[in-house]
Amino acid sequence: MITLKVNGAEHQVDVDPQTPLLWVLREALELTGVKYGCGVAACGACTVHVDGAPVRSCSLPVSAAAGAAIVTIEGLSASAGMPAGALHPVQQAWVAVQVPQCGYCQSGMIMATAALLKRTPKPTDAEIDAAITNLCRCGTYPRVRRAIRTLAETA
Amino acid sequence: MKRRNLLIGAAVVGGGLVVGYRAWTNSFAAHAAALVARPGESLIGGWVKIAADDTVTVYVPHIDMGQGTHTALAMMLAEELDADWSKVRTEQAPPDKAFANRFLAKGWIMQGLRVPSFLDGAVDTTFAEAARFLNLQLTGGSTAVRITGQVGMRIVGAAARQVLLEAAASRWGVTPRELSVAAGVITHVRTGRSLRYGEIAASAAGLDLPASPPLKQRKDYTLIGTSVPRLDIPAKVTGTQKYGIDVRLPDMRYAAVMSAPVHGGKLVDVDPAPALAVKGVEHVVPLEAAVAVIARGYWQASRGLAALQPRFTDGGNDTFTSARLDAQFQRALDGSEGTVRLKTGDPAQALKDVARDKLVTAAYRVPFLHHAAMEPVNATAQVKDGKLTVWAGDQAPLPARREIVRLSGLAADDVTFVPTPLGGSFGRRGGANGATGFYFAQVIALAKKIAPLPVQMIWSREEDFAQGTYRPQVATRLQAALGADGKPLAWSQAYIDGVPSRVESFHIPYAIAHQSFRAVDSRHHVRLGSWRSVNHTQHGFWTESFIDELAHAAGRDPFQYRRDLLPAGSRARVVLETAAAKANWGSPLPPGVGRGIALVESYGSIVAEVIEATLGSDGTPVVHRVVAAVDCGDVCHPDTATQQVEGAIVMGLSAAIA
Repeated sequence: MITLKVNGAEHQVDVDPQTPLLWVLREALELTGVKYGCGVAACGACTVHVDGAPVRSCSLPVSAAAGAAIVTIEGLSASAGMPAGALHPVQQAWVAVQVPQCGYCQSGMIMATAALLKRTPKPTDAEIDAAITNLCRCGTYPRVRRAIRTLAETA
Repeated sequence: MKRRNLLIGAAVVGGGLVVGYRAWTNSFAAHAAALVARPGESLIGGWVKIAADDTVTVYVPHIDMGQGTHTALAMMLAEELDADWSKVRTEQAPPDKAFANRFLAKGWIMQGLRVPSFLDGAVDTTFAEAARFLNLQLTGGSTAVRITGQVGMRIVGAAARQVLLEAAASRWGVTPRELSVAAGVITHVRTGRSLRYGEIAASAAGLDLPASPPLKQRKDYTLIGTSVPRLDIPAKVTGTQKYGIDVRLPDMRYAAVMSAPVHGGKLVDVDPAPALAVKGVEHVVPLEAAVAVIARGYWQASRGLAALQPRFTDGGNDTFTSARLDAQFQRALDGSEGTVRLKTGDPAQALKDVARDKLVTAAYRVPFLHHAAMEPVNATAQVKDGKLTVWAGDQAPLPARREIVRLSGLAADDVTFVPTPLGGSFGRRGGANGATGFYFAQVIALAKKIAPLPVQMIWSREEDFAQGTYRPQVATRLQAALGADGKPLAWSQAYIDGVPSRVESFHIPYAIAHQSFRAVDSRHHVRLGSWRSVNHTQHGFWTESFIDELAHAAGRDPFQYRRDLLPAGSRARVVLETAAAKANWGSPLPPGVGRGIALVESYGSIVAEVIEATLGSDGTPVVHRVVAAVDCGDVCHPDTATQQVEGAIVMGLSAAIA
């Protein structure tokens, strides 16, 4: 049994400790907002926060996340102290700029951005490029950048 | 029956969606209502449902794969309906015959009815597509807003508005002419009495729909042409949007699969023992051309699969390379085989007559491209009590359902297909094509194996790349003869054919007297498919690269050279000139920065782009600025149209550097 703290709640999961966190979140906990894209930490669709840091959950053994504070897209807003039903500021910016197309990569994009802005509220373009390496096949990159800039301006 | 025939006709051209099928039979209407309407909700015409609380649900026969058409199509319907936009939602139309348009298309073809005047001029080019796409419930070929919206949703909305007014008039004992409507509230102007759509919808649902309801003039639009927030976006920023890969069912198992790595290969044998030794693995399932591992979790399934050493046949293609394929193409282009697709004038003679220094030749090659949608191919299936249910994203739900029925060997009534949103597709997942849809056969076999448990089959990213339906690798040769003024007199092109398509992509927009195009079908074993823009992806690149070569040989500016070959006032010329003007074509550039222009027509839209770029020291191009001018006809939702162009630029650049 491994104890996971996800979005503020504790869960006991009976899985092989080598199982990537991604599959435990998606299957055992049914948190399907976190996405499988590549399985090799290249695309970022599976990004979650582990003790505040953006982590590609497809390549993190679940045992390494035991006991840590894990936040997924489903719990992002609450993790920032927003009232139930309210969107996190990054999610609000995503709506305002109308970033998503198919939307599949956007959970990861948003989680990576939220982690970046917590560390670096006013990132330069170079800092954005270095931190947001998530892949998007619809090509939402210009809007992702625009949404981050909007957030940086109001930070 | 005359009136009913008219209704069907109006539907086809005019959006037969609702109107048409309702006219078809009453039992059809009841069937459709049974599928989607819950107590207190009224399905009007079949494509719009109004609930007692005024919620308007629009059923959209196109799949959302990111392009925003659900919002745009709902807007087109809501505009004519005069609905309260804040109450409008969309749902995917069930892949059921009641929600297909084939009856309408058929009705129109058979009866040869007149085209509504608002479609004059448009219908010649769109009719064939309407017949083909509406009936198939297919998403592709840029048909959603252009056809379903213009000839479907608008008329549905207008017809629904009319019966709602009739129902209200009848209740009050007045004539519909005395009524006005705004934001879903009907008002009797003289007495000030009012009724919300939700209050009258049940009465309206029983009325006959008008064949040709009056449509709004463009100047009266209040919704079309505005960029309201997309309806799908809230779920896409909260992680609550459910794609096919997010289907969760009780006791569901997960499967990883490996098909013959060389396309066309079959499974010879596999020892299941190493996979069965992995904890959580329950089955190793040999299939005709693949092996699958079923486990309690996807990770265990993929670990089990990795432990196997399946042997596959390779059809002698195990050492096949892109270079070998290109050599095959070059031999084919050397000869005279193939089909002449178009010949005007006498290009051979013009090329012979011209001086050697006025002859320009070029050869281009493009590689295989993968769609690389972010959501890998996956499907979920369950066989229970002799019935099969399949959940998957697909651009063509009705053909996909037909294919699933065929593959399962079950009766159509025992098969349910639940289409889900797609995490990207770009042409990859369209069940109409058996070559693209073979994963359905895999998941059906797995569901039968573990019936009655459901199984979700996910292709790993590696498998998704290996088992693609690629934009084909192809090649072309071009020759042109320039006149004394540097303009081309002749354009002669031979090319390897792309994928089958209803649209010929070789046509060039430029006025050149002598032209010939020879297409060669050069087969190989690699699986091919439609990739975003289909064959325009290679032909646009070839045409525009070669016209640049001609401008260069003539010592002319590439923008002016193109412009002079386009008819004055033509859409293409306006688009080209607009792009050049917006990009300040001809203005000085910083040292090392280059600027180029291109023009492509694809599926009725014309796009010109100006790109400013530099070549980095490592040979990687760096793009600084892209200006796009787009004539895509009437734009319903400017911001989603902009999104599509932004995304297409990124995807086009990815193809350009491939």
